[in-house]
Order: sequence, then structure tokens, then C-alpha cells
Amino acid sequence: MKLTLRVWRQRDADADGGMTTYDVDGISPDMSFLEMLDTLNEELILKGDDPVAFDHDCREGICGACSLVINGEAHGPERTTTCQLHMRSFRDGDTIDVEPWRAAAFPVVRDLVVDRSAFDRIIQSGGYITAPTGAAPEAHATPVPKPDADTAFEHAECIGCGACVAACPNGSAMLFTSAKVNHLNVLPQGAPEREARVLDMVGRMDDEGFGGCTLAGECATACPKGIPLFSITRMNREYVRAARKSRR
Amino acid sequence: MTEYRPYTAYRTGEPVADTAAPEGPVAERWDTRRFRAKLVNPANRRKHTVIVVGTGLAGGSAGATLAEQGYHVVQFCYQDSPRRAHSIAAQGGINAAKNYRNDGDSVHRLFYDTVKGGDFRARESNVHRLAQISVEIIDQCVAQGVPFAREYGGLLDTRSFGGVQVSRTFYARGQTGQQLLLGAYQALSRQIAAGNVEMHPRTEMLDLIVVDGRARGIVARDLITGRIDTYFADAVVLASGGYGNVFYLSTNAMNSNATAIWRAHRRGAYFANPCFTQIHPTCIPRTGDHQSKLTLMSESLRNDGRIWVPKAKGDTRPPAGIPEAERDYYLERIYPSFGNLVPRDIASRAAKNVCDEGRGVGPGGQGVYLDFADAIARMGRKAVEEKYGNLFDMYERITAENPYEVPMRIYPAVHYTMGGLWVDYDLQTTVPGLFAIGEANFSDHGANRLGASALMQGLADGYFVLPSTINDYLARNPHHDTITADHPAVQEALAETEDQLHLLLSVDGDRTPDSFHRELGELMWELCGMARTETGLRKALDRIPQIREEFWRRIKVPGTGEELNQSLEKANRIVDYLELAELMCLDALHRAESCGGHFREESQTADGEAARRDEEFSYAAAWEFTGTGAAPVLHKEDLVFEYVHPTQRSYA
Amino acid sequence: MALDTRTERRPSFAGLLWHSTVGKKTAMAVSGVVMLLYLVAHMMGNLKIFFGPDELNGYGHWLRTVGEPFLHHEWFLWIARVVLLAAVLTHAVAAFQLSRRDIKARPSKYVHKKARTSYATRTMRWGGVILALFIVWHILDLTTLTVNPRAEAGHPYQNLIASFDRWPVTTLYIVAMLALGLHVRHGFWSAAQTLGVGSAARDRVLKTVANLLALVLTAGFVAVPVAVVTGAVS
Repeated sequence: MKLTLRVWRQRDADADGGMTTYDVDGISPDMSFLEMLDTLNEELILKGDDPVAFDHDCREGICGACSLVINGEAHGPERTTTCQLHMRSFRDGDTIDVEPWRAAAFPVVRDLVVDRSAFDRIIQSGGYITAPTGAAPEAHATPVPKPDADTAFEHAECIGCGACVAACPNGSAMLFTSAKVNHLNVLPQGAPEREARVLDMVGRMDDEGFGGCTLAGECATACPKGIPLFSITRMNREYVRAARKSRR
Repeated sequence: MTEYRPYTAYRTGEPVADTAAPEGPVAERWDTRRFRAKLVNPANRRKHTVIVVGTGLAGGSAGATLAEQGYHVVQFCYQDSPRRAHSIAAQGGINAAKNYRNDGDSVHRLFYDTVKGGDFRARESNVHRLAQISVEIIDQCVAQGVPFAREYGGLLDTRSFGGVQVSRTFYARGQTGQQLLLGAYQALSRQIAAGNVEMHPRTEMLDLIVVDGRARGIVARDLITGRIDTYFADAVVLASGGYGNVFYLSTNAMNSNATAIWRAHRRGAYFANPCFTQIHPTCIPRTGDHQSKLTLMSESLRNDGRIWVPKAKGDTRPPAGIPEAERDYYLERIYPSFGNLVPRDIASRAAKNVCDEGRGVGPGGQGVYLDFADAIARMGRKAVEEKYGNLFDMYERITAENPYEVPMRIYPAVHYTMGGLWVDYDLQTTVPGLFAIGEANFSDHGANRLGASALMQGLADGYFVLPSTINDYLARNPHHDTITADHPAVQEALAETEDQLHLLLSVDGDRTPDSFHRELGELMWELCGMARTETGLRKALDRIPQIREEFWRRIKVPGTGEELNQSLEKANRIVDYLELAELMCLDALHRAESCGGHFREESQTADGEAARRDEEFSYAAAWEFTGTGAAPVLHKEDLVFEYVHPTQRSYA
Repeated sequence: MALDTRTERRPSFAGLLWHSTVGKKTAMAVSGVVMLLYLVAHMMGNLKIFFGPDELNGYGHWLRTVGEPFLHHEWFLWIARVVLLAAVLTHAVAAFQLSRRDIKARPSKYVHKKARTSYATRTMRWGGVILALFIVWHILDLTTLTVNPRAEAGHPYQNLIASFDRWPVTTLYIVAMLALGLHVRHGFWSAAQTLGVGSAARDRVLKTVANLLALVLTAGFVAVPVAVVTGAVS
């Protein structure tokens, strides 16, 4: 396959960026999108140019490092991570636009690499259960109804890639935040910190400069792990409940 | 200058012994050790700094736990977030001797299975402790909110895994590693918020600082700014994972690397059993030279899929066009009693053999069929879908083939490295104050790791073992001096690191880092992969120094060191692979026996099974570094089996 | 040794609501529902026009006497007006603040544009502004009668006919009512999510109710000017 790539190049956080056009040839439909970029980078290095910087690691769709907006869509046209997107999803001769995640809370570091540390700080603000090592009771001491365990798991699947923020017209982190709030709040182990968790995490999310939710639904459409939009509904419920109880 | 000795002319030095493990009945050793260990006064812990490198299951859990205990933890990871460490990709599950099924499981049985599964090349004391702690791990993770699979009664579900006869594997669908890692990450996050852990993401350790024979800090590079800094501590913990990426193609993450452990090795830590690598039989085959990594599919597929290749060489008909009589279900044929469920190493080797015979399928002939047609006929498509649906979807996403209609194609791939830095019972390396945990050490799996045991070991080390044993070191070795950046040892480490990066940038040759990595990987896969021979290993040992020489002549790294430069990161890691690969080959050459994941063609039984040679090789090989390309020194740790008596495996 | 990492002091319920994006959305949802209930009542009142001037004018008079003798004359109306005004202000201020925040959260746009959300979702902001302008004109026209061509207090029927007899006014009104329909359609469903009553199981019901509400309100409101312009009511 022969393709024209238009890639966002930006030297560092403070520099101005822009789209640069590259032609790549000899692309196999079996290549993953990132392998296609590897091919481009090999050529660039030999030409003495700077290769395109992009985040990637596991390349099997679970670490959440890869983060490209391809033709205006987070992770590209398929519902998967960029690393699991294959070139067979494109046609010979296509022009493909590759851009970084865009949100005020995710500043560009270089080219296609952005800083997602805001997500870590949201988790640090309450996305955990306080359970110091060694203090745990026997695992079977508290049975968890299977539907609750399944709901927790469904939300725990989030890989923290940030596609939800990238896709959201408001750069909102509601889907990410709600996934963690719901994972922990639905479990009996998470109950003691239930109210504090949602209040603190939403507070942190707001402080990080993410936008609000207008329920456009783009986040859930882009989410490679299929975290549902109702995750946000559920967190809203938790929030109001917690706000009511907070004065006690 | 010392006289030149070829790399293979290694010397055998003094034996190395584990002096930390107490005597006495194996089941009591851990209690005894914990009791004898000196404690650090809780009020004084804040004054002790511990560096932890890596945030996977071992590093994440260790960092969180040490911080909970009151130590000041300074932690590093090369990823943009500690949540992305490659433990996240583990699928299958985590073993624990809970015996919730009442199916005869016990701590002793898990201990026994692990020693035997490791083909009698692991230390009994360590393995028994691992089995004991396994029980506490599950409790800890459930308390953290890890959403393990549950039954309708609300209790935890377990399954049997990797041919084990008891059901002791706890799991969270196919994402157990992810869920356990997020548990550790969240615990770590809590400590970061509390100010007890100083987290440095996107920062890569490039050297160890040893002062007066003790590990006192590291040199690390900020991957965004390129700034190289020194960090000081009272103890250093390496939890940087395995070195499978020496092979270029593996199931490891693209950026997983051996730099931390290799540079620690260069600074005096012995490297044990480097040749013990695990090759997983059910990975998706490569599609061409562009392949950058391999993806594993859960071993559970072998429970219902049948593995076959055409009987005839070079048969290129589509699978459906090959009649039953012309198919060779080779595992069922060679191993009638275990069939498709033989252990990982046997299944992998058998696949390699049929492909070497020219009977492999798919592009390049590097693949075998894993066929679900019979399972679909027997159980119905719906049942197959329920059991394996997500794996089938993953396969289809990668290959664009529908495994319900066309048999899957699989091929073995490098998956895990049992070798690593030599550690004693306290998980301390031969450099005092330097600890290695998780896949970075060599401790618990011997020559072969059982399925669902990696997660268990990582968490056991991080949550329970290290936080108990490191106290003893810190209490007995209080540091009265403060290290500063102008200390000669610090200056030396810093200068060496900077010089190497400068050199890499200044060669300005005509080959990319990846091209060297790929060349080395292919060589290692060919000659130090699933089956090894003396001739092959000697050939590899000849070739590696040549590649290394060519590397320093022709490498091209664009850009500068003062910016985000992913090519520079890669090239710098390849420098270490080029040295580590040599040691792996030497270790494989010197161990003239077959055991676990290490198969020497010269040492096999009449029916082609791995033949161990206990009289000569019942030891762990700990290598001491003497210089790049210089013959290392071998230190043997004799393995004593008091409880599990070595037997030859047989799966025929 | 593990330090407590939770914050202890928290603002009040109202403070929490007003100072977080989630809380502000809750305020918008509640005020939206209040306005929606009012609109349903308003529309039903409007339909009395089809029963002749006496019925509509009588209804208008009754509205001033609701609650008597417990309430003084017109008190009910004023209470309703105050509540509505509070709802409108809450809704508008929250929307303004949230929108400003949202725009700031996504400062640079993608070079490759791709619009995928529904029309109703994308028009919430401008639809809201149009509705706000419409309300101002609507009150000036038919409540204060400031811009009404007939402006005869106590005779809503006649005032209404006079106003709608002009086709530009009717057109404007219809456009505003279409904007209202779109706004209600996404707004109702959105409010349900914000208040946490949505779920996968309930989604179809909620979406159907949202569509019905939007349809009935638009049709009900539009019926009046159309009837006037076409001469069905005069």
C-alpha cells in the first residue's frame, strides 16, 4: 500500500506545531498502525530527520500508552487501541491525518506525545481503597454478589488511555473518573470511602482543567474498552448522594 | 591491561551461598527469618530513603508497602504513568494455595508443583515461602478492590491452569494482570498523594551508584528533558522486569528493557541463570519483517483446540482443503496421554520441529493450526463463544481471520525470563543494599515457570517479602554519611552514563537502532531459542562481538540528548542487550544439560525429552561481570533438595 | 504509619453543587425540569384558544385568583414567576459558566474535523441562547404587552391573535419552538443522566419520553400561531 500521512510535528511543549506531509510506500495491510509509523521512522532516521515521537508500549491493547487521533477519531476508525488498529482498515492511496490527543489538561510534550499525568492525580485524589498491606481480612469474609462484582469489573477495565478526553468536545474526563469511582464504589470493600472518593475525585478532575460533561457520548464511542456512557450517570448519582451526606 | 581471554574461557570462582535463609524445617523458615530480622524504629523510618525502580506488580506493591511502613520512597518508571508497567498484560491468573475447592490443594502442594515445574533448578526455601504467601496475596488484593471473578454465591471463582490438577488459579476474566496491577498502582497512588512516595515517571535508570561496596543510589535520565540526574538512598530495589526483549520479538512491551539489571550487574551484582527463558506456545505468528512484537493468547485455548499441521511438506492448500487423513495432530500422536495439554516448553519445541521439517503453515511457514472445528461440533458454537469469545475476537482483530471458520494459526514466542539478578533469601543481590524483586531476580521459578505463577511471585516479593527483609538491612547498616553529587563514585557513574550517550549520538553511521536489535534478536531466536546446540551457541558467541563492533561503527541516532529522543533510548538499551545476549549464550553453552525452558539437543532422552543432568548441574549459575566481552566468572550456588526429590519429567 | 490522605473538611451541600462541574450540571438539570413542568402546563393552557375567547380569557383570569382566599390576588402567579425566574437564572448562569469552562478545556481543535454527535446535542448552547432571547421578546409581547400591537390587559386572546396575525412573528415563534423541541429532546434525557436516573435498561424509555415531550410541546405550541395565521382561529 502507498499512503500519504499528514502528521502533527511539534518540537516541544512550548514550540508551535503543524502538520507535515510524508509519503510512505510498501505498507502491508497486516501491519499495525504503529508498525506503519515504525516504517516511516526508520526512513526518517536514515535520512537524518527526527523520527516522529509517539507513546506506545505493550502493543497489545492493554497498557493504554498509545494515543493517536487518526482522521479526527481517537484511536482511529475501529473501536480498539491504536496499537491494535491494522492498516487493512485503510485503502491504498489514502491520506491519513495523525494528531495528538487534544485537551487543555493533556499538553503536548512532543509530536504525538502528550502529558496525561492529570489522570494519575485524579487517581491519587481518591481512586483507591485504603487497605495497607497485611491488614486484609480473609478474602471470603465478605462475599460480593456476582452482579456487583461484574459491574465493578466492567468499570475496572479502563486502561487510562485518555481517548475519552480526546474525543470529548469539552475535553472532559468524566468517563475516566466515573469508571474508577464506580469500580470501587460498587464493592463492599470500597464502601467506607464511598462518599469521600467521588467528591475528591470529581474535585481533582475539575481542578486539572478538564471540561464538564454535556453527555455528547463521544467518549463512550471512542473508548477502546467499551466503558458505557451510563458510567457517568452512575457517578452523578454517587456525587449527589455524597454531597447530601457530606455535612454529617 | 589484563591478558586477553576469549569470552568462553570463563573461570569458576568461589561458590556463592544463600546465607540469609535460616535452617530448620522449610515450613518454619520464613517465620524464623522474620523474627530474626532486625526492625527499624518506626520513628526513624522516615529518615531512610529507598529507591524503587519499576512500578509493575513487584515494584508497585513494594513502593506502596514500604511507604506505608514509613520509609521515604523514591520511585521510577520509564512509562508516562506507573499504571502502564507490563505486568498489566498478564492474562491468565494468579495461583494461591487457598484450597477453596477442597480439591486437595495445600501450601505444600503448590510448593511441590513449583519446584517440580521449575525442573529442580529453584531454591526450596524461596519456593516454599512463595507458596505460603500466596494465600495472603489474594486477601490483600480482594481488600484493595481487585474484581476477581466470582460465583453466584458471591465467593471467589478459581480455575485450573497450565495442566495442574487442582483449581487454584484466581482470575479476572482475561485481564488478571491488569486488575492486580491497578490494585498495586492505586495503593501506590495513595502513598504518592500522602507524600510518602516521590514518583518519577518517564525517568529511566541508567546506572547504579555503589559507594564503599554498598548500593547508594542511581543515575537516571528524564526522558522528556534528557536531563541526567543522580538520586541517593539507603537501599536500592530493582523491579524492572525481565529481559525477553533481547530476542527483539517477544510478548514483552516494546520498551521493557534490561538496562537497570544489566548496569547493576556491571557494578557487581551477579547475574544468575541468564539462559533460562520461557517460550510460550500459543502466540499469534508474525506476518512479516515489519513485525514489532508478538501477542500471546491464553494457554487455555489448548484445552479445547487441536493442534495440527499437514502431513506433507510444503502443503499450501487452505486448511479446509486438507482431508483428515492428511493432517498430523502431532501432539496427540507423540504424547497420547497429555495430547494438546503438554507443558509449554514441550508444545513449543514440537511446533518448532514440525516447522523446521517444512510442514509449518501460513506466511513464511512459521505457524501451526489450532483448530476448534471439533470443539464447535462437540460443544456447539455458542458454548465455544462463551468460553473463548474474547480470545477469538482478539485473534480476529489482529489477523482478520475468523477462528470459528478457519483454524487459528499459532507459533511460540519468548514470554518470560526465569533468570535474573542473583538474590539470597532476603532478595538481596551480591551488592549489599541492592535488592531485586519480581521478574528481575532469578529466585523462584527455576528453569521453567508455571502458568499463573509470575503474578504470584511479583506480588509476594513486593507486598510481603522485601518489606520484611529490607528492614534487616537498613537496621544493621545505618548510613552515617550523606552522599553528595561530588562523591568520586557518583561522578564516575554520571560521567560513564553521559559519555555513552554522547558516543551513541556522535557515531552518525548508516544503520538504525532497530536494525541492530532485529539482527541480534533473530540470531538469539535461531541459536539460543527453543533448542540450543553447542555448535549453534559457539556460532552465536562468535557473531555477537562482531555485531557489537559493527554497532559502534554504524549506529545512527538522530537528534540530541537534551530532548525526548526515543531513538537514543532504544540505542542505549541495545548496548546492554548486546552484552547480555553474550552472557545468555555462554550460560546456555556451559549448561550442557536440558532442563525446563533450556533445551540442549545434546542432552535428551531416547524419546526426545529434556534430560537433566543433576550430578553436574544441580546448581544456579551466578555470573560475575569482568568487562565488556571479557570472560565472566562463574559462581555456583548448589541446590539442595530436602523435600522434593528430583525426578525426570515424562509426558509421553 | 500510613498517613491519612483524605480531606476532612467539606463545603455545604449547596457549595459542593455549585463549585463542581457535576454539581452545576445537577443545578441545570433541576432547573431544567422545573421549566419543563411549567412548559407542559403553559402549553395546555394555550390550547384553550381553540375553545374561543371566553375560555382563554377566563383561564387567564383564573390564574390570578388561584389560591384565594388563602393567597392574596395574583400571589400565586408571582410565586410561580419568581420560581421560574430563579430557574431560568440558575440554568443560564450555570450553562454560561460551564460552557466557558468547556471551551477553555479544549483550546485547540483537531485539524481533521469530524462531527458525530447528534444535532440536538451540538445545538444545546446556541439553542439555549435563542430560547433566552425568545423568552425576553415573548414576555414583552404577551405578558407586559410592551411590544404587543393591541396591548389590551385582561384580554390575552385578542392580544395573541393580534400578535400572531403578522407572519414574521409567527415564523419567529415557530423557529423558536423548533429550537425548544431540540433543546428538550437532549435536555430531558441529559437531565435524567445528570440526576442519575438513567441506566442501560431504562434508556429506551427515557429516550422515548424525551422524544414525545419534545414533539408534544413543539406541536402544542406551534398549533396556536399556525391556527391564527391560517385563520382557523380569529
